[in-house]
This record gives sequence, structure tokens and C-alpha cells, in this order.
Amino acid sequence: MNLALRDAFLSAAAALGLFLPMVGFVATNTDQGLVLTYRPIAVAVLVAMVFVGRLIAVSWRGRSARPQQPNAELAARFAAAGKYLTPLLLVMALLLPLSGSRYYVDLGTLVLTYIMLGWGLNIVVGLAGLLDLGYVAFYAVGAYSYALLAESFGLGFWTCLPLAGILAAFAGLLLGFPVLRLRGDYLAIVTLAFGEIIRVVLINWVSLTHGPNGISGVPRPTLFGLSFSMDGGEGTVAGFFDIEPETIQRVVFLYYVIFGLALLTNWVTLRLRRLPLGRAWEALREDEVACRSLGIDVTNTKLTAFAIGAMFGGFAGAFFATRQAFVSPESFTFIESATVLAIVVLGGLGSQLGVALAALAMVGGLELLRELLTEIAEQMGSPIFAGLAGELPTYRMLIFGIALVVVMVLRPRGLVSGRTPTATLPARA
Amino acid sequence: MAYALQQLINGLTLGMIYGLIAVGYTMVYGIIGMINFAHGDIFMIGAFLSLIALLGLSALGISSVPLALALTLIFAAGIAAIYGWSVERIAYRPLRGSFRLAPLISAIGMSITLQNFAQVSQGARVKPMEPLISGGLLLTEGDGFAVQLSWMQIAIVVTTLIVLAIFTWLVTKTPLGRSMRACEQDLKMAGLLGIDTDKTISLTFVIGAALAAVAGLMFLLYYGVIDFYIGFIAGVKAFTAAVLGGIGSLPGAVLGGLLIGLIEVFWSAYFSVEYKDVAAFSILIVALIFMPTGLLGRTEVEKV
Amino acid sequence: MLKVSNLTMRFGGLKAVDDLSFEARAGDITAVIGPNGAGKTTAFNCITGFYRPTEGSIALTHPDGATFALARMPGHRIAARAKVARTFQNIRLFAGMTVLENLLVAQHNTLMRATGFGVLAVFGLGRYRSAEAAGLDKARFWLDAIGLTERANDPAGSLPYGAQRRLEIARAMCIDPVMLCLDEPAAGLNPRESEELNQLLLRIRDGGCSLLLIEHDMGVVMRISDHIVVLDHGKKISDGTPAAVRADPAVIAAYLGEADDDEADAA
Repeated sequence: MNLALRDAFLSAAAALGLFLPMVGFVATNTDQGLVLTYRPIAVAVLVAMVFVGRLIAVSWRGRSARPQQPNAELAARFAAAGKYLTPLLLVMALLLPLSGSRYYVDLGTLVLTYIMLGWGLNIVVGLAGLLDLGYVAFYAVGAYSYALLAESFGLGFWTCLPLAGILAAFAGLLLGFPVLRLRGDYLAIVTLAFGEIIRVVLINWVSLTHGPNGISGVPRPTLFGLSFSMDGGEGTVAGFFDIEPETIQRVVFLYYVIFGLALLTNWVTLRLRRLPLGRAWEALREDEVACRSLGIDVTNTKLTAFAIGAMFGGFAGAFFATRQAFVSPESFTFIESATVLAIVVLGGLGSQLGVALAALAMVGGLELLRELLTEIAEQMGSPIFAGLAGELPTYRMLIFGIALVVVMVLRPRGLVSGRTPTATLPARA
Repeated sequence: MAYALQQLINGLTLGMIYGLIAVGYTMVYGIIGMINFAHGDIFMIGAFLSLIALLGLSALGISSVPLALALTLIFAAGIAAIYGWSVERIAYRPLRGSFRLAPLISAIGMSITLQNFAQVSQGARVKPMEPLISGGLLLTEGDGFAVQLSWMQIAIVVTTLIVLAIFTWLVTKTPLGRSMRACEQDLKMAGLLGIDTDKTISLTFVIGAALAAVAGLMFLLYYGVIDFYIGFIAGVKAFTAAVLGGIGSLPGAVLGGLLIGLIEVFWSAYFSVEYKDVAAFSILIVALIFMPTGLLGRTEVEKV
Repeated sequence: MLKVSNLTMRFGGLKAVDDLSFEARAGDITAVIGPNGAGKTTAFNCITGFYRPTEGSIALTHPDGATFALARMPGHRIAARAKVARTFQNIRLFAGMTVLENLLVAQHNTLMRATGFGVLAVFGLGRYRSAEAAGLDKARFWLDAIGLTERANDPAGSLPYGAQRRLEIARAMCIDPVMLCLDEPAAGLNPRESEELNQLLLRIRDGGCSLLLIEHDMGVVMRISDHIVVLDHGKKISDGTPAAVRADPAVIAAYLGEADDDEADAA
């Protein structure tokens, strides 16, 4: 106990060193230039939190003497729960538009976009074990491919969707071919650099991309050639079915488009996992040298993972462009890559259900929390809650960052580990 | 010609800053064989610490510039050292011997955490600062262009050289430096020979962070404006410098830093300012593919 | 079968392997032995394509007469085309995957061809189904051979040490090699496991696959080897049948010398 106390004091001292200058003093922008303002209470609260947290952590660890084994029982229970959870989530996702709430359908679309991106990146990071920090680049390639093809050649969404995927996969091959020979951490920083390069090019190649202003008027998708135009005339969905044209029809349609795309991503991944290619990806994640000794062409196998992951990123990008009807470089920052990576890691590197749950919690949950805080603020007229609601997006990335570290330290294979074997021996004939 | 000379001066100054950051990357890489992704963000924290210290000192009424600079340098380096130590302790040490991706992801997480921590605590707006030192030496005048070596540049170069000299003495002449080099050769063996490897690794992070904080102060002085995002770009560039110089090699890191500084400045001056980051990042990719051992690095033999 | 000529491997100034030449005949168990640091593993890594030798050539002739110059082939082709399989001194299994999956990954190239390079099989087309059944049969054959059928669905990393060694050998055999290279297969095994291993190796040889193995310990190899090559300081010092090698004064000197070194180290 004494040891725990000592440890907690040391941690608190370190925390004081960390937080006193950076949190206690703020270089505040004013009309007269920068002025220091002070926040002693915040520092005290943080240091106290570290002290108490450390005290609890150390004494708790002292009591459970052995380090925790990967909990097989928990994994089994989770797998069992997954059997019911998966269909439940599917049905809920399918029925969500019946709520008739534009807000929920929009949020659902956002969450599904991140689920799809998460599943796409999961192929690269979770299965093949390649840390790609520039996944957003392929998302951007997909989005701009559609926006530019639509602008220059007047092509529709459904023609461009496969093209966007192919172009993104091609970008993946182009980047992957030289860099996939590199060690894991070099690969990570090169993909990071690549993501930045794409963004800077999008900003500065004004003649092609219209620079920071982006491309507006990206056409909406059609339903078998019927548009969701508001005039309700010939060749529109409303005209064809003879109903009142409403925006919600298009919103719901978009929701089902991304739902279908996400399911496609999932289906292809699950199929591939049970095929030699997918198994080789997982083997690569486990031990590259052993793969080479078994005659597996390591570079090509990585390349396929990279390209297929990029392709799904491209699909999602094309969808993003059509949903927003607008693309600009601002949507494709490192923060997006980091968000998707956090979803994949929190979901448990390789677990499809885990990725979906992580996206639901980290994107959907936080947005709902923000909405809740805003509502409380409005009802009570409380500036504190309004402030919290406003700050939430800033805190979101902070939470992601901390979560990445905590998950890696406590459960490196993800919160939800436990993988299903991709093959079993048939019963003896 | 005069224009080029001015660019050379600017490039070398900037290169010094990159070199200081690169030393931290290369030290950590040499000893535990991983990229400390959070290092660029420690540099950014160092710049913020310097800003806060300078504001605080001026609020206290200290008007002597050299004194203010010296105090700021010590303060920023000291606090950044705590950051470096904490980062290693929290995010890296528990993961030694964990599966391959874990330390990498944890490092990325640390980088995101520090960046957003600075944004949350200090605000997202850019922080402009009055120039501390103005004026300089007029070197030559030619083609209607005056080549200037500002006092600020002299201060940056001189401080950097002094810090690097102290650092070189530390790694070559002291017992600590000897342990660091032993751990670099063979961590396991060093441990068997009675070197406290945990402590040595911690100290490596501490020294790297202190150097990055010095670079942060220099950056603040040079550009006069910082924000929470500077660590990302400068981090990648400094890492490029470390790779270019040969990762693991300390003189290589400084050399690489100077090269990257020169390339960036000349590229901006003669081609396009917009693409200067693209130029630096492309060099990273090209260097890693075609000369992964860099200018002064050793070839590594893969152990099977 | 395998002909190593004038093989030299330099790391910086150090010659790990110095002008090594030897032959391994088809259907034999050839052992390369020598004290620690004699260059065994380096020579081995050259043969299996993990290192590119500084000088010299390595030629492998298949029973059907096809010849491969191993020193000039990229690593994975040596396994895929020349059909040389290997194991590692510190076991390298796919620890997170099941025992069965380890054996299926080893059949990657065969199975991959059957999938129409991954594309067709996604849609359930192609002749993948029968290929997969054949792959499972082969896996079952080797699981039976190493006595791990019961544990087919357990993660490979959860097996006891001796079983992991056997699994690594079975996995290497799943690429249908003409030559199997084993890097200290008996290291860390108890006498009973070691005996089981000998039986497995003899069975593999009788199945028509040649073996090349590295051993540190002379006792283990004497019983099963047909032919022994002794290295010391990167050079070949003896080459012949177990009996001939055992009687060679140069070998005795090398091993006694090493024993002296060990004592000196301990002191």
C-alpha cells in the first residue's frame, strides 16, 4: 500500500510537470496580441485525477497478482453474443429509415460510411498487418474521381462508382509497388506522407480540382435512371411513383446505398478471409519471414491487400461525393485517417463486428452525446452544456488518441479479440 | 547570386532546426528500433512551452533578451523532458515484446493525443508573437538584392551549435553516453552486462525531447508564429532528415536536417512555395526506397 | 541433387562462410554440423534464399532433371519453384492462426492457382472447392503423421514446444518439397521428443524427400544422417559418412577446441 502511495505521488508530480505549464497557463489571443491567462483549478483537477487513478490502478493490480491472460472465456461469450448481435444490428440498420427522422437517417449514413471505411482499412491493417496511415488518400481519390468524371464527362453515379474504385485501387498499386517492401514503421510514415501529398496536390492543382474551393454540384445518384429532383416531373422518382417529392426520399435512398456498399465490403472480406489470399494476408501479419519460406510472394500479397482496401476506400469516397454533392480538400485530412484507424483498432484488428460497434460508438455515440448536450443547454439555457457541446468534436480526437494508446497497452489484439478459424477439418469419411 | 546566397543562409538556419528534431528520431530509432511518431508533437509542445515562458517572463518584467532566452530554453527543455519521459513510460515501455503493430499504433495514438491536447489546452488559433530580436548584418548587395544575416539567424545557429556540442559531449564522453551506445549495439547483451536498459531508454527519450524543445524555441523565434499542427509537418520533415542522413547516425541526422532545410528553402525560392511540403515528403519516399541506409547509415542484416 | 560450389558470404569484413563446397545426394539425410559460429546458419540462409551469397553458386537438380541456380533466385521462388522448404532455429509459426490454417497457408501457391488468382472464387466459381478438399486432405495426412489431428483447430501458438517443432516441419512438407532444410530441429527437445523427431525425419526421407539439416549437437545427427559435412570458422573441415567423420582428427580437434573455449568462457 505504501508503495502504491509512493507511486501515486510520483505520478502526480510528473502530471504536475506536464499540466502546470500547458494547462495552467494559456497563451490567449486578444486584440493586444497574446496574453497569458491562468487556469489553476483545471491543473489541480487533472493532477488529482492522475493521483487517484494511479492509486487505484496500482493497488488493484497488486491484488490480482497475475497479469491478465487473454480472456478466452470472455472471447467465447462475445462470439456467442455476436451470433445474436449481428442479425439484431442488421435488422435495426434496415429499419432505421422507418423512424422517418431526417436526423437519424443522416447520422446513420455517416456511421455507415465510417463502418465501410473501417472495413476497408481492416483488410489492410487488421488482416494483412500493414499500418496504413494515409487511407484517406484513397477516399479522396474516389471522391475526386467521381466529382471530376461527373463534371467533365457528365457521367452518373452508378457508372462512376466502379471507376472510382478502380482508380483508387490503381492509386494503391502505384503507391504500394515501391513502398510495400519497406519495414512496417517505414510503411506507416510513407503512407502518412502520401496522404499529405494527395491533400496538398488537391489544394494546389487549381486548374483540375478548383483548389480549396472544391467542386460543387456533384450529381446525386439515380434509382434505375430516375432522379430525386424536387420538380416531381417526368423521369423523377416522385413522378414515376406518383408521390409528393420530398427530400427525405433522397436521404433514405442514400442511406440504403451506403448500407448496400458496406454490406458488399463485408461480404467480400468475409469471403476472401476463407480463401487462400485472405489466409496469406493473415499469415503475413503473423510472420513475414515464414511466408517467404513457404513460397508466398510477399510483395504481391501485400499489394493485393493494399489495392483491395484502397478500392473500398474509393467506393466510399464516391459515395461521400454524391451525398455531399460537394468535395473539397478539407474533408481529407489526416484526422480522417486517424479516425478510421482508431475505429479499426478499437474494433479489434480483424473483427468485422468489432469495427461496426466501434464506428457506432465513436461516431454515432459521440454525435448523439453532442445532440443531447445541445438539447439540455437549450432547455436549461445553460452555457456550460452549450460549451461542452461545442467542444466535443475537439475532444473527440483527444479521446481517440488516448483510446489507441490504452487499447494497445491493455489489449493489443483489440478490445474484442477472438477470431473464428477460416477452415475446419471435415469429419473423417 | 545574392538571392541564392540569401537562400543558403535561410536554408541552413531552417536545417539546424530540423537537425535538432532529427537527432531525437535517430536516437530512439537506434536504441529501440522504432519510429517515435510522437516526437514531432513533443517539438510542438516545446514551441508552446517556449511561448508561454516568454510571455510569462515579459509579464514578470524581465527585459534582457539573452537572459529571457536562456531561461526559456532551460524551462522548455526541462518540461519537454518530462513529456518525453512520460510518453515512453506510458505508451512504449509496456509494449516492449508485444506484437508487431502494437508499439506503432500506440505511438500514433500518442501523437494524436499530444496534438489534440495542445489544441484543447491552448486553443486552435495560431499564436503570433512579436519578434524578439530584429535587425541584422548586411552582408553584400548585388543585383539590387540585399543579403541579410539577421541577428535572429545568428542566435539560432549559435544556440543550436552550443546545444549540439553539449549533446555530443554527452554521448561520447560520459558513462550515460557509453550505456546508450551499448544499448544501441545490442539491447539484450547490454542488459546482461549490467546496464540498466530501462533507464537508458528513458534517458534517450528525455534527451531527445529536450533537443526537440530547443528546436521548438528556435522555430518560434524564426517564424514568430506557431499552432498545434506544426509538429506534424515538421515531424515528418525531420524524420526525412534522419532517414536521409542514415537512421541511427547522429551526425547523419544533423547533416540530413541541413539538406532538408536547404532543399525546402531552395525549392520554395525557385519552384513553388505551395509544393514545398510535397517536395520534402517525396524525398522521404524516394530516400526510403532507393537508399534506406541513408548517407551515413550502416547496412542492416536481417536476422532469420 | 544439391551442389554448393565455392560459397562465400561476407558481412562487412567478416567472412561467415569461406569458400564452401559440398554436395547433398538425392534421398539422403545430409547433416551440416560444426561448433557455434561455424557459419552453418549463414550457409543455410544462402541455400534457402534468405541471404544472397557474396560469391559462389548453388545448383539444385530435381529428380526430373530440371536445374535451379538457387543463388540467383528471389527468396520466395526457391520455395515455390525449386521446391526447397525450410524450418527456423527459433520456430516461426503463424501463432495466432490455427494448426490447420498453418498447413493450408503452406499450400498457398497450389490453392491460389485453383482460385483463378483470387477473383473467381470470391463469387464461388472456379474449381476451388475440389482444390480446397485436396488441401484439407493433405493437411490431415500431415496432422496424422505428427499426431496433432486432435488439435487442428487450436491456435498454433498454444501448442507445447515439441509439437510446434513438429508442426513447423509438417508445414514445410505441405509445399511438397524435393528438399527439406531443417535448422537445429532437435534444439530444446527432450530425449523422447527427439526420438519421435528422428522417426518423423526418417519417414520423410523414405517418402522421397531429401533432407539437409543443421545440428549443433553431433550425437543427434550420427544416428540418422547418411552424410555429414563439418564446418568450422566458415570452412569445411570434413565431409563423409558418420563413421568417417567421427574418426577424423580435424573434427575432434575442432570440437575439443570448442570445449576448451567453453570452459574458458565459464571461468
